[in-house]
Amino acid sequence: MHADITLTVDGRRHQLRVDTRTTLLDALREDLGVTAPKKGCDHGQCGSCTVLLNGRRVVTCLVLAVAGDGAEVVTAAGLAEGGDLHPMQEAFMDHDAFQCGYCTPGQICSAVGMLDEAAAGWPSAATPPRASAEGAVAELDDTEIRERMSGNLCRCGAYAGIVSAIGDAARRTHAAAASGIPRPAREGGRR
Amino acid sequence: MSTTSERPAARTGAIGAGPRRVEGPAKVAGTAAYAYEYRAADAAYLAPVQATIARGRVAAVDTAAAEAAEGVLAVLWHGNAPRLRTDAELPGLQQPGELHVLQSAEVHYRGQPVAAVVAETFEAAQHAAALVTLTYEQLPHDAEFSAGRTDLATPKEDHRQGDVKAAEGEVVVDQTYTTPMQHNNPMEPHSTMARWDGEAITLHESTQGAHMVRETVAELLGLEQGRVRVVAPYVGGGFGSKGPLHAPTVLAVLGARAVPHRSVKLAATRRQMFSLVGYRSPTVQRVRLRADAQGRLSGIDVTATVQSARLGDFIEEAAGPAKSMYAAPNRRMGHRAARLDVPVPTWMRAPGECPGMFGPEVAMDELAVACGLDPIEARVRNEPERDPATGKPFSTRNLIACLREGADRFGWADRPAEPGARREGEWLVGTGVAASFYPVVPPVGGSRALVRHAGDGRYVVSLAAADIGTGAWTALTQVAADVLGVPLEHVEVRLGDSALPLASLAGGSTGMMSWGSTVHAAATAFRRLHGDDPAPGAEAAADLPEVAHRDDYAMHAYGAQFAEVRVNTDTGEIRVPRLLGVFAAGRIVNARTARSQFVGGMTMGLSMALHEESVLDARFGHVVNADFAEYHIAANADVADIQAHWIDEHDPLVNPLGAKGIGEIGIVGTAAAVANAAYHATGVRVRRVPLRLDDFLDAVGA
Ligand code: FES
Ligand code: FES
Repeated sequence: MHADITLTVDGRRHQLRVDTRTTLLDALREDLGVTAPKKGCDHGQCGSCTVLLNGRRVVTCLVLAVAGDGAEVVTAAGLAEGGDLHPMQEAFMDHDAFQCGYCTPGQICSAVGMLDEAAAGWPSAATPPRASAEGAVAELDDTEIRERMSGNLCRCGAYAGIVSAIGDAARRTHAAAASGIPRPAREGGRR
Repeated sequence: MSTTSERPAARTGAIGAGPRRVEGPAKVAGTAAYAYEYRAADAAYLAPVQATIARGRVAAVDTAAAEAAEGVLAVLWHGNAPRLRTDAELPGLQQPGELHVLQSAEVHYRGQPVAAVVAETFEAAQHAAALVTLTYEQLPHDAEFSAGRTDLATPKEDHRQGDVKAAEGEVVVDQTYTTPMQHNNPMEPHSTMARWDGEAITLHESTQGAHMVRETVAELLGLEQGRVRVVAPYVGGGFGSKGPLHAPTVLAVLGARAVPHRSVKLAATRRQMFSLVGYRSPTVQRVRLRADAQGRLSGIDVTATVQSARLGDFIEEAAGPAKSMYAAPNRRMGHRAARLDVPVPTWMRAPGECPGMFGPEVAMDELAVACGLDPIEARVRNEPERDPATGKPFSTRNLIACLREGADRFGWADRPAEPGARREGEWLVGTGVAASFYPVVPPVGGSRALVRHAGDGRYVVSLAAADIGTGAWTALTQVAADVLGVPLEHVEVRLGDSALPLASLAGGSTGMMSWGSTVHAAATAFRRLHGDDPAPGAEAAADLPEVAHRDDYAMHAYGAQFAEVRVNTDTGEIRVPRLLGVFAAGRIVNARTARSQFVGGMTMGLSMALHEESVLDARFGHVVNADFAEYHIAANADVADIQAHWIDEHDPLVNPLGAKGIGEIGIVGTAAAVANAAYHATGVRVRRVPLRLDDFLDAVGA
């Protein structure tokens, strides 16, 4: 069975016919040739396929393409607008926050989405209970970053660089302003 | 502490600097194309069907339903699959039995490919693969790994010096240490895109060696090597499993032969990565140390029992490192192997050394405790003057320097001698140390590099080396720029294509030694031939230079790793807030990427200490925890303060660059350092990885 859907990917609008069994990840990679999101597990366990879907970080291997009809997708390639790398990407280069590079586009999308979540006051398991209750994350320290980035595995073991890169990028630019991506609503969201 | 001496003149200082990765922009933007990601209008997709028995024969294959399914192009099984030359001589690292895919009805391990579907789409292939029905003649299998088996094989004669049974001394450590089956799990699955045009085959392949794939595929198909092209510029990690070829590549090749003029794509699923692409054997290490009361060793005896396969022999040489780590007049090191009905093991980061430095390095900690010595001092007292294994002098050996500098940086001196002495709130805190060791391995295969002047002072350097994340791309650019005396931006390095000059495999931490030395030689030859003002198009090539002293010296890299471990007194939870390594691995070409290599290895070592274990159900012969939800690898939150440092070691004997190799040593010793620190925190000696919280529950009184 097939369905016609529309996807906006990195600012480009696509109309495509997809097999209803196709994941958003495979639609991006195989149908549209957008290979910045990677397939590391196809089971929602590694984070390699992370994109910003309607402004929020999402693992695309767990989204059916038909369910993404009308969605706006930003991949790591889209973060590098007009050939200029996003500050997060520059920071990953500076801190050598990758080796083989396979988890990297997912890490970068995840990091950009994560900074927006933190700026919106979303707590993590590392947030002290009081701060969680008040909806305020006082400081995005390394422990917070590590916790919030633990859905993105890196077999090369670049975590130390990833944490310092994200901290650096967060300091260098205000995250939301830098990302240029609409900040997610605190409640609900679009999906 | 550091040792410095004269270096060969560096013209620009590019060697030893720390530029960012040259391929970095493509990787952070996600535009670097890995094997599965080449655009092909004629793409087709292959889905394997795997055996559900561990031993026997395929009696019948019913492909009717699969063939009738929408979008199916071919259903392959041993009765109709294209023939391979099963008598061909393959490169020595290959396991022929594993590669003779769909050539007979025999089943040698559970998960072996027994059929495959090629279809128009990924979904159609997956669906049709589920429609293939197989009937088996099942035979009894044996997948029970144990050191207590009575049928263990002795693959090689034991290494013996003196008489270890007659070793004297009042202190004895006699213990058994175990490491589990582990899977490499590079983040990019093993992937192939293969296209046969009737004359020649092109593979886009995730591999550690394009030439090795070319030669092997040519042999299997009976083609001249010139009709096989292998393209692999970006590879998403390998850690050894992408060294030798495995069944999925051959399946894709068969699919391409069966469906010509289509680009047949296959990426192993994460689950398939637990049966089709090799693994690290489990080890059981019986370690016996005998020493005098001052901790001076008189005897070292190590027997490592490992798992191999009836389909092909692979011995994880876990008793190897003990041959040359510490002095003792009486020594015996040997291996015993259980040959089982399981997939063939393969290389995984520091094969032999990584598991083989767990047992002995925990045993050295036990020796230190038994003698009332500081664990660093116990190692210093057993420092050999010459390589104990061969009697040769060391080209350089800076183990003690690493231990001392690490102790300084880590703050080792404040450590209480007694275990269980430091408590912070609900945490017991301890520190531990272990040594790292990795030999200077001869490269697998030759190398040749070509330097061409593209005009305007710009140079192209090409060889078929694979940068699997090591930083080779950047480091080779630095080597060429340094010798040519030009800025980095004026050098373009081309890698990862069998159409480029021969390059040795990315394995054994040999990249910088072989490719680096080769590029160094080619750039030197270029300047010698063409001077400083060459004509556009001027070229020079060179082969890997001979290492003059390879046979005269023992050549190894060393390191020392320090860990702080906290064990929770309520839950037994184990955390590792600090890891610090100091390494002596010859010359470091790129400080930035070298740090990532060391830290990446240590992170994988931490992962081994705390998480990794493939659980094989011997009743069925398969790994039951075959995904990242159940085979845990270290996540970001597992890693806190992790530091790598190195000693400025100059070793002109190893090769012209003085580089010893850094890709693997970082994982060697980490797990022992963590286990030793956990002992120091709690007084509980755990002789197995991964450490588990229940190991500590009794002691912490939870
Ligand atoms: S591929 Fe989607 S989480 Fe791993
Ligand atoms: S950079 Fe290789 S998996 Fe993260």
